[in-house]
Amino acid sequence: MAMDRPVAVVAVAQTPSYRRYDDGEPVLIMTCVNDLLARTGLARDEIGFTVAGSCDYLSGMPFAFVQNLDGMGAWPPIYESHVEMDAAWALAEAYLRLQLGDVDVALVVGSGKSSPGRPREVFSLQTDPYLMAPLGIDPPSLAGLQARTLVDAGTATERDFAEVVARSRRAALDNPNAQVKQEVSVDDLLAAPYFAAPLRAHDLPPISDGAAALIVAAGDRAAELAQRPAWVHGLDHRIESHHPGLRDLTASPSTALAAEHAGVHDGPIDVAEVMACFSPEELVLRAALGLDDGATEVNPSGGPLAGNPMMATGLVRVIEVAQRIFDGEAGRGVAHASSGPCLQQNLVCVLTGERTMSAERA
Amino acid sequence: MRRQSAVVGIGQTKYKRARDDLSLEGLVREAAHRAVEDAGITLADVDAFVIGKAPDALEGVMMPELSLADALGAIGKPIHRVHTAGSVGAATAISGSIMIESGRYDRVLVLCYEKQSEGNATWALSGGRSGGQGAGGTFAPWIRSYIQRSGAPEHIGWKVAVKDRRHALRNPNAHLRIDDISIEKVKESPMLWDPLHFLESCPSSDGAAAIVLGNEEVATKGPNPPAWVVAHAKRSELSSFPGRDTVKPQAGIDCARALFEEAGITRPLEQIDCAELYVPFSWYEPMWLEGHEITPGGDGWKLTDSGATELGGSFPINPSGGVLSSNPIGASGLIRCLEAANQVRGTAGDYQVDGARVALGHAYGGAAQYFAMWIVSSERQPTF
Repeated sequence: MAMDRPVAVVAVAQTPSYRRYDDGEPVLIMTCVNDLLARTGLARDEIGFTVAGSCDYLSGMPFAFVQNLDGMGAWPPIYESHVEMDAAWALAEAYLRLQLGDVDVALVVGSGKSSPGRPREVFSLQTDPYLMAPLGIDPPSLAGLQARTLVDAGTATERDFAEVVARSRRAALDNPNAQVKQEVSVDDLLAAPYFAAPLRAHDLPPISDGAAALIVAAGDRAAELAQRPAWVHGLDHRIESHHPGLRDLTASPSTALAAEHAGVHDGPIDVAEVMACFSPEELVLRAALGLDDGATEVNPSGGPLAGNPMMATGLVRVIEVAQRIFDGEAGRGVAHASSGPCLQQNLVCVLTGERTMSAERA
Repeated sequence: MRRQSAVVGIGQTKYKRARDDLSLEGLVREAAHRAVEDAGITLADVDAFVIGKAPDALEGVMMPELSLADALGAIGKPIHRVHTAGSVGAATAISGSIMIESGRYDRVLVLCYEKQSEGNATWALSGGRSGGQGAGGTFAPWIRSYIQRSGAPEHIGWKVAVKDRRHALRNPNAHLRIDDISIEKVKESPMLWDPLHFLESCPSSDGAAAIVLGNEEVATKGPNPPAWVVAHAKRSELSSFPGRDTVKPQAGIDCARALFEEAGITRPLEQIDCAELYVPFSWYEPMWLEGHEITPGGDGWKLTDSGATELGGSFPINPSGGVLSSNPIGASGLIRCLEAANQVRGTAGDYQVDGARVALGHAYGGAAQYFAMWIVSSERQPTF
């Protein structure tokens, strides 16, 4: 079903990805929110709806998201919601909320500090709903299995993985927010020892602290707030089975389905920012999104391999695409976010510099 | 451009101290299956799913939507996860309603649960620190402050505790069923957080609740009567700052005003037939009556004292037994919203309010700083 109201990203903000940020998460958020208010000239009371994404378990504290309200400046009281997901899903909620017609401007915030804990142990709590204990398989091990599946299927080689890493780190040299950036040769990368074979440590994302936020607005309000808004052409998300053994790990059918419903194939894609936290995932996502390697620049920011502020990482993908549309560098782009091991759940958002009616097909 | 959503199916589990007969997956399936059956559809007909629950640490499963997607039949579909503290159940219902109202989806399953027996709720409610004060410890000083401010006599809290437990005896899903509940029994129960006695506090429950929301077409074609979502509102404010009114938070006032304005309600006490308010501790009944301007300031406890909030009274509150009788935290707000829907659909069984046409579902959370509410009606656009 087509959406009634055109909606656009009109301003974006992000902190650098820090290996360890010693101040609180609300400070990271406040930095982004104040930046957005300054850029748009919006007063706090002009924001009709706020929605945030964060994760209690990363902070190691139940109800950790409550203090994040401080960073958003929730006084006087605000109309607000929170998803315990990557903030790309907060954007999905804001996008639908703006369709109702009574709210024109929404703030979307994502934040996470992975540094206080050990993400490998924390995220193993996703994979054992049976004993409800940190006994599940951890994400790097599952990513290793996925990488092995790709190699065994003849779909990719370890050199392909290293090429993703080398390109990401090189691209990140131009990104002031990136955490891991260097000029490095594929051969040097391949000389490193295995971490979870066939993955090496550089095939994994860094541990990062950070936040990101953006403003979305509907219709004419969007055109007032930005010279060249990044209009949402389509946004969709889909999930796959929890059981890796029931999935074909060499492909991402949920990404392909979301891409189809978000209208990825309705026109050329100049830029794609994909949430490939492990290097092999980029290869899977390029195929699932149907990207033309010659025409589409993938992860020009360096992607999650260069900075991974979990719970904001997906929203940062949207921000990086929107920024390139603001700047006129790209006409049309796709942002991708993911949740769960081996790309279990995927969100696809198509942004364009042209104001068009949104094009979802239900 | 805004479509209207309606509750077209309701499913609840039996609430208990420990549902050790079921896994997490089994628990949510029990509620989900009952909801889709009531809606006359199957899980395969659902376009999108929304899950709400309180902190993942209550069970120790991180981002449980990932593992519950299989149990709910959500593979290949969108699944969304909301967490707004104690208000989450009502917030999740509202997120689901927005998904319908946006026009994007036709049928949405909203599911909330908590399996508190898997963990230690008071530990989690204390921010994961040992030696924490828990929810009762947070609210007791504010309740004391309300009593001082309003001059309410101390038996008001006991009265609410008895009333909601008597209501619960009519609800087959209720966790607490105290046949011989009485004022004496409440006031003689141990003092937990002065002025709150043990029997003035909510239990810790396992359970799941689900609703199917549909658009106009789905609502008018279903086998059972719909409960139209007439209005919804949410407001949040900071947990603490000098001068914050913790007894009557501004976010609660703003939220109710926005809700009533959208619904066209000007005299809530007369125009709303019954309410399911989030009352985890007895005194919050009069506190929210005043905090949401349903009664004038200082009059909330008088309404409670008059018996008007009992089943059969002029403004029944929590005919299902409320949070004081069943409290799987993450689901408690959705249970308020769906029990309001039960009333206007005429499907509330032994706790039905005669002729209920307009009902309020409500939840709050955090340090009484998150509010989420909706108005449902048997009529698509009720006039007052």
